[in-house]
Parts: sequence; structure tokens; C-alpha cells
Amino acid sequence: MSATTMTHPTTYADGTTQARDPGFLADTWNVMTRELRPVWREPVSVLFAMVQPLVFLALFAPLLPSGSLGGGSALQWFVPGIVAMTMLMGASFTGANLTNEIMTGSHERLLVSPLSRSSLLVGRALKEVVPLLMQTAIILVVVTPTSFDLHLPGVLLAVVMLGAFSVGVGSLSFALALASKDQEWLFWTVQQTLVFPVLLLAGMMLPITHDSPGWLRVGSAMNPLTYVVDAARALFGGTFPVGTVTQGFLAAAAVAALGLAVGLRSMRRSS
Amino acid sequence: MTTSNPSGPVIRTRQLTKTFTRHKQTVEAVRGLDLDVAPGELVAFLGPNGAGKSTTLRMLTTLLTPTSGTAEVVGHDVVAAQRQVRRSIGYVGQGNAAAHQQRGRDEVVSQARAHGMSRRAAHARAEELLDAFDLAEHAGRPVSTLSGGQRRRLDVAIGLVHAPPLLFLDEPSTGLDPQNRVNLQEQVRRLHEEVGTTIVLTTHYLEEADALAGRVVVIDHGRVIADDTAPRLKSALGDLVSLGFDSPDLAAAAAERAARLPGATVHHHGADVDVRVAGGRDLAAGLVTDLAAAGSAVRRLEVSGPTLDDVFLDLTGRSLRESDQTTTAASTPATTSATEGAAA
Repeated sequence: MSATTMTHPTTYADGTTQARDPGFLADTWNVMTRELRPVWREPVSVLFAMVQPLVFLALFAPLLPSGSLGGGSALQWFVPGIVAMTMLMGASFTGANLTNEIMTGSHERLLVSPLSRSSLLVGRALKEVVPLLMQTAIILVVVTPTSFDLHLPGVLLAVVMLGAFSVGVGSLSFALALASKDQEWLFWTVQQTLVFPVLLLAGMMLPITHDSPGWLRVGSAMNPLTYVVDAARALFGGTFPVGTVTQGFLAAAAVAALGLAVGLRSMRRSS
Repeated sequence: MTTSNPSGPVIRTRQLTKTFTRHKQTVEAVRGLDLDVAPGELVAFLGPNGAGKSTTLRMLTTLLTPTSGTAEVVGHDVVAAQRQVRRSIGYVGQGNAAAHQQRGRDEVVSQARAHGMSRRAAHARAEELLDAFDLAEHAGRPVSTLSGGQRRRLDVAIGLVHAPPLLFLDEPSTGLDPQNRVNLQEQVRRLHEEVGTTIVLTTHYLEEADALAGRVVVIDHGRVIADDTAPRLKSALGDLVSLGFDSPDLAAAAAERAARLPGATVHHHGADVDVRVAGGRDLAAGLVTDLAAAGSAVRRLEVSGPTLDDVFLDLTGRSLRESDQTTTAASTPATTSATEGAAA
């Protein structure tokens, strides 16, 4: 190893050796950009959470009867569900990265750094919005040349709502990772057990109608994703039913608030 | 930043205690630790796995809240002023500081940014450290593709990003091959000598504590059982003079005679006699002549300085190597002194 000046306290361009306290926003930005850096270095990684949704899109969409679902083409009905599914998959997987960092040690290093506990959670959760945007764009690029009509303003509004939902789900996923600690299997077991019922009860793949069994309708009514997917369908279709959209935004905001509260609590207790 | 009194201790603990409750059983991991570390010291916490070394370190680095007692690190209370403690210390944990899916350089920069450096300063500091640790050409690769030694150097570089006055290293050389271990020890020594950084490390490698640390704090069952420089701990124990004779009878006579040496502890088994006595290496020649004159001709003579393992054995009745079988088997570096073998 070379002879070194490695640790002489350096005087930096601004003339200080110890810089100022960055504060919550700078900490959060630091955590968020750090989380995004592997995506930036290897953008292909956002496709991992998309494999399943794209397969579903390819295999299910041709089965859907045309015109019977809310007027538009089958794709018009199916695509918002697929976008929501991609978002739910990605955001619920995201805690696995943290599990990895807990096992290899980098989470511990961050806990001993001056970054605040809340920024370690919020920065991670906010970053979920970025893969959501990339994945939505990819899906729209795939389906727009087909029988899908793109209504951009509605799509953008829906993405804001889905973004809030993904921040909440991501936070819950991080909380699950913190609770699982170095037991990776526990994280995956709980994640897999929860994700599919939530997806199916939201009427993501098949519509839940008045003909569905009562218990299914109750489960669906209690599932916040139901309202988010309903609102997303309306918005993707270029319509703006105030009641449905409001309910969707409220459900997304509630999940975001719950997720952040649980996630912050877990992160503050992390050691 | 609040600055602490430079002449005061860098670490000061009083009755520091940590108990864990698991399955309704209470485990006292650290029991009433009183410790002062002065600026510029290089201290090794030595003890078997589970002795309480890492728990102590985790309390000093704000990762664990003490059950009772107090600890101040660089003048800040570890409970009341966690953020100030975190700003003032460098920490190299048992795991890897850099996440495996990240690039090494990115992690150094993000740590510098976490310590409030501007983007430019952070990049400059990262390059400086990567050069110093011979990592510049590897720092663009995912951390998962680096070798164990490279990853460990990256951990230390990340721990030093803000040039902390105090650096903690938790089991720094565990899992490294002998060559990388020696390299790492060299880096730590240089950091201590050239920069004057106060360093606290935990280890269960005797050789490491012996070779590296100015002060060795021996911890067992959550308590400090010895605290001194390695040479003083060892000299208090005395050298081991091993003698071999032609017959058990001759050995018995010799043991009796050797026991007259002031302060000597004599063990006699078969045709062998072990004499542990302060200054043994100076007394050995005279002892052999004396025994020959008394009719017990010495066949074989071996003099070994005490090792820290002997110190541990003397203090606890167990060998540190035996207390720690799982991890020391493949651990003896090539540089281990020849005297080690005789005492083990």
C-alpha cells in the first residue's frame, strides 16, 4: 500500500475541515440519490419488477372480452391495473435491498453516520417514485401502438396518486425488512403472502362486480388499492369522476401516511 | 460543532452496563465498565467471542442504548448527544460499510456528503482516500465484485472520510487472509503514528492486540479483568523456562531446587519442569549451572516470553484460544513469533 496522506485532516476549498450540519432535507436527498445510484448505473434493473406484470399483460389481455369492461377496449381497462401491479411489486420488493444492507453491514454504517434516522426511511421511500415513472413509461410505450388510447393528463394525475401509494408500500416494505433483520426468508414469506391477496382483491386482473360473493366484495371494499386502481382506470381512460378520483387519492394518501408512520417508527428503533 | 477539552479523555465510561433479555433470560453482556481512553491512545479490547467487547463498542458508537451507567465519547454523551457522537467518530463495523450493489467510489462520496461536505469536497476527499488505500482502479466496480481485502480497505476509507479524531474498529481483521491482515495492521499503525488518531479496536487475535495496541484491555464475561500495556501485562507474568531431564527423579529434585527462586511458580510433570519466573531469560543460564552442580543435568532448555494468551490463562484459568476455537483455527499469521508455540 502506498505511503499516504490518507488521514491528514484536509482543508477543503471552502476553508473548513468540518462542514456544516446538512439538515433533514439534505440528508433525505443524500439517502434518496444513494438509493437511486445503482438504478442510474444499471437502468436495466428496473425491469426486474416488471417481468411478472409484462407476462400478465401478454397472456391475460388477449383473454379479456372486448367492449364489456367499461366501454373501452380490454387493454384500456387492463393497463391501469398492470401499472398498479408493477408499482405494488416494485415497492413491496424494495425492502429486500435493505435486508441485504442489514446482512452485509452497510445499514449499520449508515446508522452510525450523522444521517438522521427519519431521512434514512423517507429518502428510501421517496425514491420509489422513480422506478414507478420508468416502469409506467415502458408499459405505455409497449401498449400505445395497440388498441390502447393514451390520455396523458389523466395518466400524469394517476401517476401522482400511484406515487403516493408506492411511497407508503415502500415504507411498509422497509419496516418489514427492519423487523426481519437478517432473516431474509421472513421478509419474502410475509411479502409474498400479502401482495397477491391485495392485488387480486383490488380487481386488478378480473373485475369484482355485484355478482361476486359477498366476502370478496367486503375484502375488496377494505382494500385501499381497490380505490386507487378504480381512480387510475378512470384517469387513464381520460375521464375525471370527482368522487372516484377523490377516493383514490384519499386511499393513496392514507397508505402513504400509515407506511411512513410505521416505517419511521421501525427505523428509529433500528440498531 | 462543540469542541471538547483536548486534554480530557476521548472516551469516559462510568458503570456502563448492558443487559439483554432473551427468552425470559437476562444476559449481562457488559457489567459496570469504567474506562478512560486518552487522546492518541491505541487500545485493543481483547477477549473471546461473547465477552462483551462488541456490545461495549456498540454502546460507544450509539448503536445500542446502555441499560445503565454513562459514557462520553469525544466529550458527548452517547445517549443525549447521539448526533454529535456520530459526527465525531469513525466506525468500521464487523460487516462491510459499502453496500454490495453500490460502486465503491459512490459509497465514499455519499458518506462524505452525509458528513456535510460539499459535492466538490466530497469527490476530492474520496479520490484522496481511494488513492491512499490503493482502491482507485477498483472503485468504479460494484462492491460485490471486490476481494475481501479490497472491501475491508474500502470500509476503513469510508470510516475515515471526515478525518475523525477517534476511530472504532470492530474485529477489523476477521475473515482476512494473513497478508491482508498484516497490511491492515500496518495501515492502522500508520494512522495512529502519523496522524495521532485515537483508535479503539476489538479483537480476539492475540497477535493483533500484541503487535498493534499500546494498551490492551482484557474483557471476559462483561468485565475488564486486566488493563495495561502488552509488555507490562506479560512481564508481570514472567518468562517460562522449560527444562527437560533424563529421569522423573532428576526432574523432581530440580523442581524442588528451582522453587527456591524468588517469585517462581514451578510445575513438574514426568521428566519435565516448567518454571515461570520474572526475568526468567536472565536467570536461565545460572539455573542450569546450579542444577548441574546439584546433580540434575539439564538435557533440554527452552525459554519463552509470556504471550497474551498466557496472561489470559493466568487471569481466567482458560486459554483464549480454547475459549474461541471456532475462529482462531486458521488465524495464525506468518509473522507469529517462534516463542508462541512453546506456551500454547
